[in-house]
Amino acid sequence: MNLATTSLKQLAGALRKRQVSSRELAQAYLERIARLDPMLGAFITTDHECTLQQADAADSRIASGTAGPLTGIPVAHKDIFCTQGWLTTCGSKMLSNFVSPYDAHVIEQFKAAGALILGKTNMDEFAMGSSNETSFYGTVKNPWDLTRVPGGSSGGSAAAVAARLAPAATATDTGGSIRQPAALCGISGIKPTYGLVSRYGMIAYASSLDQGGVVAPSAEDLGIVLNTMVGFDARDSTSIQRPSEDYTALLEQPLHGLRIGLPKEFFSGGVSADVERAIEAALQEYERLGATRVDISLPNTALSVPVYYVLAPAEASSNLSRFDGVRFGWRAPQYDDLADMYERSRAQGFGSEVKRRILTGTYVLSRGYYDAYYLQAQRVRRLIVNDFKNAFTQCDVIMGPSTPTVAFGFGEKTGDPVQMYLSDIFTISVNLAGLPGLSIPAGFGQGGLPVGLQLIGDYFSEAHLLNLAHRYQQATDWHSRIPALASA
Amino acid sequence: MDWEVVIGLETHAQLATRSKIFSGAATAFGATPNAQACAVDLALPGVLPVMNRTAVEYAIRFGLAAEGVIAKRSIFARKNYFYPDLPKGYQISQYEIPVVSGGQIVVELEGLEIPVRLTRAHLEEDAGKSLHEDFHGLSGIDLNRAGTPLLEIVSEPDMRSAAEAVAYARALHRLVTWIGICDGNMQEGSFRCDANVSVRPKGQQAYGTRCEIKNLNSFRFMEKAIEFEIRRQIGLIESGGNVVQETRLYDPDRDETRSMRSKEDAQDYRYFPDPDLLPLCIDVAWIERVRNALPELPDAMRRRFVSDFGLSSYDASVLTASFDQAQYFQALMHFVQGEAKLCANWVSGELSAALHRDGLEIRHSRITPQQLGGLLRRIQDGTLSGKMAREIFDALWSDGGEADTLIESKGLKQISDVSTLEKIVEALMAAHPGQVAEYRAGKEKVFGFFVGHAMKACGGRANPAQLNAILKNRLAGK
Repeated sequence: MNLATTSLKQLAGALRKRQVSSRELAQAYLERIARLDPMLGAFITTDHECTLQQADAADSRIASGTAGPLTGIPVAHKDIFCTQGWLTTCGSKMLSNFVSPYDAHVIEQFKAAGALILGKTNMDEFAMGSSNETSFYGTVKNPWDLTRVPGGSSGGSAAAVAARLAPAATATDTGGSIRQPAALCGISGIKPTYGLVSRYGMIAYASSLDQGGVVAPSAEDLGIVLNTMVGFDARDSTSIQRPSEDYTALLEQPLHGLRIGLPKEFFSGGVSADVERAIEAALQEYERLGATRVDISLPNTALSVPVYYVLAPAEASSNLSRFDGVRFGWRAPQYDDLADMYERSRAQGFGSEVKRRILTGTYVLSRGYYDAYYLQAQRVRRLIVNDFKNAFTQCDVIMGPSTPTVAFGFGEKTGDPVQMYLSDIFTISVNLAGLPGLSIPAGFGQGGLPVGLQLIGDYFSEAHLLNLAHRYQQATDWHSRIPALASA
Repeated sequence: MDWEVVIGLETHAQLATRSKIFSGAATAFGATPNAQACAVDLALPGVLPVMNRTAVEYAIRFGLAAEGVIAKRSIFARKNYFYPDLPKGYQISQYEIPVVSGGQIVVELEGLEIPVRLTRAHLEEDAGKSLHEDFHGLSGIDLNRAGTPLLEIVSEPDMRSAAEAVAYARALHRLVTWIGICDGNMQEGSFRCDANVSVRPKGQQAYGTRCEIKNLNSFRFMEKAIEFEIRRQIGLIESGGNVVQETRLYDPDRDETRSMRSKEDAQDYRYFPDPDLLPLCIDVAWIERVRNALPELPDAMRRRFVSDFGLSSYDASVLTASFDQAQYFQALMHFVQGEAKLCANWVSGELSAALHRDGLEIRHSRITPQQLGGLLRRIQDGTLSGKMAREIFDALWSDGGEADTLIESKGLKQISDVSTLEKIVEALMAAHPGQVAEYRAGKEKVFGFFVGHAMKACGGRANPAQLNAILKNRLAGK
């Protein structure tokens, strides 16, 4: 079985038909990781013994006939999900010694489904970054070009799936951290509606924006994984209770009459020509599938980046206060008194991007600045929500590029945080509105690097978005292209 | 110069829920350190708060009992600061929109009713405890208390003396225990008060600079601390100084307040709405359900005791000093109908004294209302004199049982039988003709001689009223 070209759905079928055992599958993926990951740095932790134990349990479950769709499938998890008995670092020195005593809800769901934990993937520190250059555990390389970034913050998950080191990986998206790396790595990634995936055990960056999701080669595989990942959790007060849904149910629906909204703000300048060409070709493909184009406007798009960089750091500055060296995590080896212990532990434990955001957040919440920054940003956030509401009266889905450019080189934007932040210009507003967003491969641009097409739907339209993506993937083969490194 | 004192109180009432305000861990006092701190209380990475419904219900109960306004929608905010016993690095509290606004507590002081207005009452979580002893120079952190639900009740600066402030605190304490939302245990920290104290020249409108006094963990300390603080502030101003706005700690050992931190050190808590918690929405139906389940409140009960039972306002106040005492009294009245004054006297007299002596709460009384009722009925029907009743009471208190059985076994039955008493009196008169003559000659003091001897003759069991009547008749020669 060639893991590089076998989809998650096919793996599940092979397991059920006993053509392969879960143990064999786990061993094969662990072997690929051992062989290829040293080039990529996508994983922070693997634990062969644990994974193989889970594989054996899955094999018994398959033998007993009680297997579900994910039983025996190895899944990689972003190192932001607390995993009992596993090092859970969030890409930070601060948590470089933190072995979680409990499982995140997402991990519980996968365990209950019989999926294997293949490993914990690298990420920007505390999910703050767009290039995976802020991780304490080193950069992750883009499998399509090892001199380029994989995107972030879920860069490890995206690179692992792109190199077919895992059939699927969990990820999180606060301002584009699933869709942007999925786009830059040439894979599919979905950020569900805010509240669908429990945040319990998902280390908080910006609570009102964070949302768990998944990356996989195809939309169909995303749907299968999402079926396990989504679910109400009483331990997360923002978790949404609604009837369970089969995210693969609508995959085959035809697209006749589909109205695709094209926000003029997503196409006016700022987008590189190669990306624009690929997106245009994708839209033409959708037209062939029966869709029509509608010109729309999301007038406050330009404000989404500044709004995000007020609200997300504000929440982060408070969320990250618990990392104080008192109960767990990094504590400075030497200090004079309590204040000194706090200062040194945090100064040593956090990287510079995290510090930048904590300082920004602390500033915007301070007395005298709160109204001008935090409250004002909340007001603009409301305007951005309204922009989408208006748009969805005119169209069924919004499409555009996931990112302004293809993957950039290491160090290209680290010197200029604002340039780095602008790489999320098309994805951030979706988080501010809490909407579902999807990125799928839509061809290649400069340097043979992947381009991502973003699909934004109305609340709870995940099954519909996956349908649109799946029909496109039936008509194209961008999603089955793999980097040369992966076929080795 | 004449000074006017202005006092406002902030009270933290620990809500008597079984579990914590945002986690499922237990709230019981006195457990092994950190045995009652779950992942959420420890603020492990990734954990999230979930509101305790009962805590909200208790806040509603308080709001209704204090006649405040229950917010249909209130917001939880994060108060950010670093301290080792604050695991998240922020406290979840309510800032801009509290669950209860307004309301009042009516305070009785020296026969006057003084209304004290409430500013607000809001829900928040408690912090843990830092333990500085026994760790070889290090500090220990006990997070059992972290996340315990508190209702912070803030009064307007309506009090004008330490006595008024204490009376308010007592009335508030009675209310929160009365409606069952707080166990009121001040030693365990279930009811903690901070006082904001300032002084101003009489007649001046503007408030003086205030100081906040902390560590007032008994009503007695509160009174002493406030009085010290008033003296300190007046002394300071009169000697040409100025009061500095600051937080001061009361030291009961030295009976003084000491500066803890000044306003300049005040932290910027960077409050903002907690994105992990949705707005707290309370619908009218819920409020009405809570309202309908409210017990009769102390002021209403006090008025009813006066109007229905004919008790004095003073007796009614004493009986409604606590919910349990009022309940005891009402249960007692059930067994001894129509004798409210008798019941009131025994509850606030013998019973209270015995409880106090043995350090018992009334709900743990060794004599039940039924037992006491059985005893009082025998006073009511003349079987027992007050003195005999006290003897039975002591026996009931130490050994239990029923009054009637004890009366029999101790032979304490009062002699009310007219013919028996007449026989005693006749024998006495026959034995002391001289004294009879003296009495009849107008020397009425001799009456006491006969009472004493008659009582002695029957072992003190004569019904005194009847004995008196018979003696008077016979001595008068009737």
